Amino acid sequence: MALAFDEYGRPFIILREQESKSRLRGLDAQKANISAGVAVARILRTSLGPKGMDKMLQSPDGDITITNDGATILEQMDVDNQIGKLMVELSRSQDYEIGDGTTGVVVMAGALLEQAERLLERGIHPIRVAEGYEIASKIAVDHLQQISHKFEFSATHIEPLVKTCMTTLSSKIVNRCKRTLAEIAVKAVMAVADLERKDVNLDLIKVEGKVGGKLEDTELIYGILVDKDMSHPQMPKQIEDAKIAILTCPFEPPKPKTKHKVDIDTVEKFQTLRQQEQKYFDDMVQQCKDVGATLVICQWGFDDEANHLLMHRNLPAVRWVGGVELELIAIATGGRIVPRFQELTPEKLGKAGLVREKAFGTTKDRMLYIEHCANSRAVTVFIRGGNKMMIEETKRSIHDALCVARNLIRNNSIVYGGGAAEISCSIAVEAAADKYPGVEQYAVRAFADALDSVPMALAENSGLQPIETLSAVKSQQIKDNNPCCGIDCNDAGTNDMREQNVFETLIGKQQQLLLATQVVKMILKIDDVISPTEY
Amino acid sequence: MKPTPTTCSPKIHQPQTTSTRTVSRGRTQSEIEEEWLARSAGIQVERLFKDEATEEKGERARMASFVGAMAIADLVKTTLGPKGMDKILQSTGRGHSVTVTNDGATILKSLHIDNPAAKVLIDISKVQDDEVGDGTTSVVVLAGELLREAEKLVATKIHPMTIISGYRMAADCARSALLERVMDNKEDAEKFRSDLMKIAMTTLSSKILSQDKEHFATLAVDAVMRLKVSSSLYFGSTNLESIQIIKKAGGSLKDSFLDEGFILDKKIGLGQPKRIENANILVANTAMDTDKVKIYGARVRVDSMAKVAQIEGAEKEKMREKVQKIIGHGINCFVNRQLIYNFPEELFADAGILAIEHADFDGIERLALVTGGEIASTFDNPESVKLGHCKLIEEIMIGEDKLIHFSGVEMGQACTIVLRGASFHVLDEAERSLHDALCVLSQTVNDSRVLLGGGWPEMVMAKAVDELARKTPGKKSHAIDAFSRALLAIPTTIADNAGLDSAELIAQLRAEHHKENSNAGIDVITGSVGDMGELGISEAFKVKQAVLLSATEAAEMILRVDEIITCAPRRREDRM
Repeated sequence: MALAFDEYGRPFIILREQESKSRLRGLDAQKANISAGVAVARILRTSLGPKGMDKMLQSPDGDITITNDGATILEQMDVDNQIGKLMVELSRSQDYEIGDGTTGVVVMAGALLEQAERLLERGIHPIRVAEGYEIASKIAVDHLQQISHKFEFSATHIEPLVKTCMTTLSSKIVNRCKRTLAEIAVKAVMAVADLERKDVNLDLIKVEGKVGGKLEDTELIYGILVDKDMSHPQMPKQIEDAKIAILTCPFEPPKPKTKHKVDIDTVEKFQTLRQQEQKYFDDMVQQCKDVGATLVICQWGFDDEANHLLMHRNLPAVRWVGGVELELIAIATGGRIVPRFQELTPEKLGKAGLVREKAFGTTKDRMLYIEHCANSRAVTVFIRGGNKMMIEETKRSIHDALCVARNLIRNNSIVYGGGAAEISCSIAVEAAADKYPGVEQYAVRAFADALDSVPMALAENSGLQPIETLSAVKSQQIKDNNPCCGIDCNDAGTNDMREQNVFETLIGKQQQLLLATQVVKMILKIDDVISPTEY
Repeated sequence: MKPTPTTCSPKIHQPQTTSTRTVSRGRTQSEIEEEWLARSAGIQVERLFKDEATEEKGERARMASFVGAMAIADLVKTTLGPKGMDKILQSTGRGHSVTVTNDGATILKSLHIDNPAAKVLIDISKVQDDEVGDGTTSVVVLAGELLREAEKLVATKIHPMTIISGYRMAADCARSALLERVMDNKEDAEKFRSDLMKIAMTTLSSKILSQDKEHFATLAVDAVMRLKVSSSLYFGSTNLESIQIIKKAGGSLKDSFLDEGFILDKKIGLGQPKRIENANILVANTAMDTDKVKIYGARVRVDSMAKVAQIEGAEKEKMREKVQKIIGHGINCFVNRQLIYNFPEELFADAGILAIEHADFDGIERLALVTGGEIASTFDNPESVKLGHCKLIEEIMIGEDKLIHFSGVEMGQACTIVLRGASFHVLDEAERSLHDALCVLSQTVNDSRVLLGGGWPEMVMAKAVDELARKTPGKKSHAIDAFSRALLAIPTTIADNAGLDSAELIAQLRAEHHKENSNAGIDVITGSVGDMGELGISEAFKVKQAVLLSATEAAEMILRVDEIITCAPRRREDRM
C-alpha cells in the first residue's frame, strides 16, 4: 500500500522504510487512540472534587511532587503516547486560559471518548460522531449561559469572591485553611485589579514560598519580597521612606565592550591609573548619593571596595537581584531601571515606605521586604509551610484561586459547581437530542451521557453510590426545575449548591466543554497512526 | 556539616510484601483495570508512559508509600530517648569518612532513598531541624506511627479522606490540650532560668553529652542568656551567630568551657606583639598581597629591565602607602579576610601592630559584630571608619594550638564555646548536640512556654484525643482513636529503647494520667513511672507543637496519595 505507480508504471515509494514503522489504520487506529485518551483520563478521574486523591510524582531526578492539580500531574507524567500528549496539551491550555478546572476538562474528554467508542462500534462514522458532539457542545454552552447567574461584588464587598475561591481551594490539600488562603487570594487580586477595565494583570502578583513555619503563617504583603539580603552585614536592616535607585550596572571597574588594552609602561601611568580607579568607585557611590537615593538595588555584584564605600557613606545596597524581581520592584516603587550611573536622576528613584530585612528560623535565611510602595498595585503572597512539597502545592493552589478571582472580575457570571452545571446541561442536551433527524442524534445523546460522568466521578470520589446519587439529583433538577442541585460531596446535608456556596465561573465551564469537544473531535478524525518502531 | 552520602543506607525499594498482600485479597485494582481496557478496546494501550517510567495505583501505591515511610521511621526509632542508640554513617565519597550520631536529621540527611514517601519524611525532619533545631527524630517516628495506624484503618475499609479529617480533628484537640497545660515562667527570671536549664538537660540527655549534661546545659544556658540580655539592642534574638563553637581535639568533654569573648583560630604574624591591651581593631576585607589595578584590560608592558624595577618600586610604594593609611587609623590590631604578604606584614610589625591574615568570612563578620567595628575595604578617610575595640588581645594555648583571644569586647552577647574531646567524631557529635540545645533554648527565649518531658506531653495529648474519640460520632472516631495510639508510640519507644517493659509502663502511665493534673512520665533511669516536675525534665512547647503539626501534615500528605508515577531516571554519565 505504500507503493504507488506513476504514469509510466514505475513504482515509487511513498512511505520510506515501511517495515521499520508500525502503522495502525481505520477503526483500529481510532480505538487505540481512544483507549489511550481514556487511560490518561482514568488517572485523573480520582483527583476530581473536594474528596479527590493526590498523585505522587517522582521526577527523573528523584524529586517528589504531590499534587492533585490536573495540569501539573499531566505535565510531569512523562507521557510517551501521542494521544496522551494531546490530553496533556488539553489540560495545559485550560490552565493557561482559565487556570482552574484542569482536571475536569480531561475527565470530560475521557468520557466523550468512551462514549464515542460505543458509537463507533455501532458503525457510525467518526465524522458524524464529531459533528454530533459539536452540535451538542453548542447546546450545552448556550444552556450554561442561560442558567448562569450574575454575581454581585464590589471592591468593598468581596465575600462572594472569597466563597468562590474557597470552592476552588477545597479540592486541594490546603483546604485546612482555605478560608485564609481564599481571602489572601481575593485581596491580592483586588489590589492589582483594574475594576474599570475589568482586567487583572496577574504578573503583578508574585507568589513566593519559603520552607518552615505553618501554613497559617502565609501572608499577603502589599509590596515586594526579595530573597536577598543587604550586601554588607553591617548595613541598616530597616529603612523608612526609602528612595530606591534601581541599577543594572555593577559597582565594579568599567568593562568597555570593545576590545582594548591599557598598557602601563611608566610609573606615572601606573599611578594615574590607580588614582582613576579609586576615583571611579568614589564617583559611582557619589552619583547615587547625589540624587538622594537611600537604598541601592542592583542586578549585578559589587566590588569589595565599592561595597565598603557604600556602607561607609551609609547607603544600604542589595546585590544580585534577579531581572524579574527588579522589574517588579520598579513597577511597585514607581522607579525606573537605570542602566548607567550617569543617568541617575531624582525622578528615576523609586519610593517605598518601609524596607526591612527579616530573618527566619535557626538557619541564616533572610529576606527583604519592600512595603508601602508608591504604586501599591504590586503584591506578594508569601507562603510558609512544613516542607517543600507542601509549599509547591500551595503555590499551585493559590495560583488556581487567583485565576478564579481574576475570571470573576473579567466576567462576573457564575454557574453552580458540584456537578450541578453538568447535570443541568446533560438534561438540556438530552432533551434537544430528539430534535435532530440524522445519525447525529445518537452522538448528541452520547454527549449528554458523557456530561453525566463528571458528577458521577465526583460522587464516586466522595464515597457515595454514583449511579444512585446521580439519578436522584437529576430527577430533583427536573422536578424542581432547579439547576443548582449538585452532588453533596462534603456531606453537608443539602444538594442545593446555592446554599453550600459552591460556584464555578461561567467562562471556565464553557471553556471546559469547548476544549474537551475540540480535542475529542481531533482524536476521532485520526484514522492512521504511523510511528517509527523502536529497537 | 556537609551532608555526606553514606552506604549504610538500606535502599528502600518497592517491597515485595505488598504484591503478595494484594494478591491474597484478589486481583489488584490495576489488574482489573488493565483487563477492562483490553476487553473494551480490543487493543491494549501499548505504552502510555516512556520506558522505565512506572505507575502504581490505588492499593499498591498506598501500600508502597506506607511501607517506605514506616521503614524510615523504624530506622531512626532506636535513636529516640535518653537511652537511644547511635548510628554509624559511612560516606561513599573519598576517604569513606565516618560520622557517629543519633541526631535524626543528620542520619536521614545522609540516606539515599528511592521511596518517594520516605523522602517526604526526610523533608519534614530537615525542616524541623531548620525551624526549631530539636525533635527531628520524634517528628519522623510520630509520622511513621500515624501511617502505621492509618494502614490498619485502610485495611478495614475506611476511606483515607475520613482518616485525614479524623487526624486533623485529633491534632487540633491535642494541641489545645497541650496549650492548657503549658507553664510560662517568663516573668520570674530565676524560674525561667531553671526552666531553660531543665530543657537543655533534657535535650542533651539523649545525646553523647549526657555524661556531662549538667556542665553543657550550664554552658548552653549561659550562652543563650547572654544573647537575651542584649537582645533588645539587636533585634532577632534567635541570632546564634554570636555564639561561636570551636572544636579542639584533646582533653575530655568535661574540659569544654565557655569563654566570654571571641576566639579566632589564627596565628599572630611574626615579630608582632602577642598581647595588646585596649586594642583598636580594624577589620578589613582588602587585598594585601598585590594591590592590582582593577580597571579591565590594564596590563604592564615595558621594554627594559630598568622599567620593570621602576614599576615594581611603584607597586611597593603603593602598598606602603596603603599600609600607612591603615596605620593612620590609629589602630594596634589589623584583621584581614585576605592574605597579607610578607612585605606589608613586616611593615605592620615595624609599627607594632598585630596583623592577622586570612580570617575566614564568618570569622570576620562575627569579629566585626562583636567588636562593634565595620568591615572596611577602603582607607582614605580614617576619621569616619568605625573601629572595633576590645580590652585585651592575647595569644592563648588550647591543647597544642595557639589561638587569638579577644576579651572585653564591646558587644556583651558574644561568647565562644570551646569543645574538647577525645576524637573528631566525638567533637562533631558534641557540636551537633550543643547546636540542638542552643537552638531549642533560643526558641524558648522567644516563646517561653514550657512543657514537661519524658512522654508526659504525649500522654496528655493521648488522653484528650481519647476523650474526643469517644464523643465523635461516625467513622472519624476510629481515626481519632488511632491518632491517640500513635501518640502513645513515642513513650513506648522511649521505654523500649531503654530496655524497659514498655507495655507495663504505659499501662501504669495511663492509669496515672487518668487522675487530674498528673505529672507522671517515664523515668528512664529508675525504669519506673515518676513525677516529671520533680525530676526536672522539661521540653519546649514550640518543639512539641512543631512535631505534632508537621507529623500530622506529612502523614496527611502521604495518605492522600492514591497513585505514584515514577519517571524514568535521568541517565547519568557515571554513577558512583
